[in-house]
Amino acid sequence: MRSFSYAAPTTIEQAVSLLEVEGSEVLAGGTDLLSLLKDDVERVERLVSLRGVEDLSGIDASGGRLRIGAMTTLQDLRDHAGATEAVPALVTAIDGVASAQLRAMGTVGGDLLQRPRCWYYRRGYGLLALGRDGGSMIAEGDNRYHAIFPDGHARFVSPSSLAPLLVALGAEATVRGPDGERRVPVEALYRAPQAEGERENTLGRGELLVEVTAAVSGVRSAVYEVRQRRSLDWPLMAAAVSLTGEGPRVDQARIVLGHAAPIPWLAVAAGEVAAGGELTPARIEEAAEKAASGARPMSGNRFKVQLARTATRRALGLAAGMEA
Amino acid sequence: MSDDAKGSGLSRRSFLRGGAAGTALAAGLLPEDAAAAVAATDAEGAPTVGPGAVEIELEVNGVARRLEVEPRVTLLDGLRDRLDVTGPKRVCDRGTCGACTVLEDGRPIYACCRLMIESAGRSIKTVEGLGSPDAMHEVQQAFVDNDAQQCGYCTPGFVVATVALLARSPAPTEQEVEAGLGGNFCRCGTYKGIRAVVGGPGESGGDGVG
Repeated sequence: MRSFSYAAPTTIEQAVSLLEVEGSEVLAGGTDLLSLLKDDVERVERLVSLRGVEDLSGIDASGGRLRIGAMTTLQDLRDHAGATEAVPALVTAIDGVASAQLRAMGTVGGDLLQRPRCWYYRRGYGLLALGRDGGSMIAEGDNRYHAIFPDGHARFVSPSSLAPLLVALGAEATVRGPDGERRVPVEALYRAPQAEGERENTLGRGELLVEVTAAVSGVRSAVYEVRQRRSLDWPLMAAAVSLTGEGPRVDQARIVLGHAAPIPWLAVAAGEVAAGGELTPARIEEAAEKAASGARPMSGNRFKVQLARTATRRALGLAAGMEA
Repeated sequence: MSDDAKGSGLSRRSFLRGGAAGTALAAGLLPEDAAAAVAATDAEGAPTVGPGAVEIELEVNGVARRLEVEPRVTLLDGLRDRLDVTGPKRVCDRGTCGACTVLEDGRPIYACCRLMIESAGRSIKTVEGLGSPDAMHEVQQAFVDNDAQQCGYCTPGFVVATVALLARSPAPTEQEVEAGLGGNFCRCGTYKGIRAVVGGPGESGGDGVG
């Protein structure tokens, strides 16, 4: 690992001031960043550890709202009875991070903003992995785990375990930066970079994620992940859904796919299909079909289109209390 | 078992509550370094240290240890190369195999994915701190009794992860075993013995405990 300097602020204001300086990067749980540094995929001048910033940790699940500090560890969230009673699907999403050590170290903010797992990126070819001729190494190469909803040359997938669920819940992210605080929908944290060197998140220099909040009263939600292995691997596809409405009736539905696109993929039209009446098996089937519509798979990941349908169908069934 | 989940001696909270000197001590930096750290302080008062060696203090297996490390040194490398605590093993060095598992303030972590400076002011327990060959911890003894090791390289990490699992769930379900030990690999395939250690059926035929 190349050398770097290190700062451990105790307040958000100190952290912002440190992160404003070029070459400074956030160190949260470290479970992925240290590997990227060891592999020389990323370089930093200074790591700004957020471990000592107490205001960034903590969970509040009262009054029909859930508030989770960005530095809250996944295990602390998993162990918080109020949070998991309010949103049982959190358990599925967190257990998807399938190692006790990663759950103990990894943070909510780190999960939301972790770098893509694309093996071209991890080998140092950049997020877009463009060859010398400007062509996509991913499109021409081994893309079995890549996006079925690519955006330009962005063909990696958003790897976050929590983002699909939080987006489905309509959660908001609080971001603090040099110009103060802003609150945005969680999905607005993400973007598909169109030029090499651009990040896959929308945080500006000096900005950091403070917390996420969601209204969770009267919301039924579920996560379904399709996996090749149960331990220490990422899902091939994930779907998160949230439903509002009394009894069997669904007034509003939000369906979000993970591992499908460079961003958490909010399938708006599929949600519209699922809402507006009772969620029957036929309606679920139709919504699942809609969730995968418009997919543009590449040479090696056509199978993920069917996984998107399946994950959507099962997540909807779970949220509606049916057999998946 | 509960003793294993408790730190003792050093208190990170006391560092955080250091009052006027609290900022410089937030990372567990020692007082004599605080002056140098403050010299590098920016206007808002958060010190930057390194990239050269920084003196830190942490508790390792119940003993307060002081050493100078560069910020880039991982807890795993610091324990092994600087403190000669070689129970945690360096295998994948990428947070995957679990051979480096230690307890930090009672929680199981991958020591290869923690900067040692991040553990300053905290309590680390490695397999050495659980027991000795003459006075083994009950989990260590159970590994021996159930022949739960072969080449032994993954064993220290597995023992520590097992201690953490049993501290959370003294009689773990199959699902809890998978969740608790799924972050450790044994390429010899001693999973059957390890399942017996945690009270499982010992019939894993798969490629992992998980």
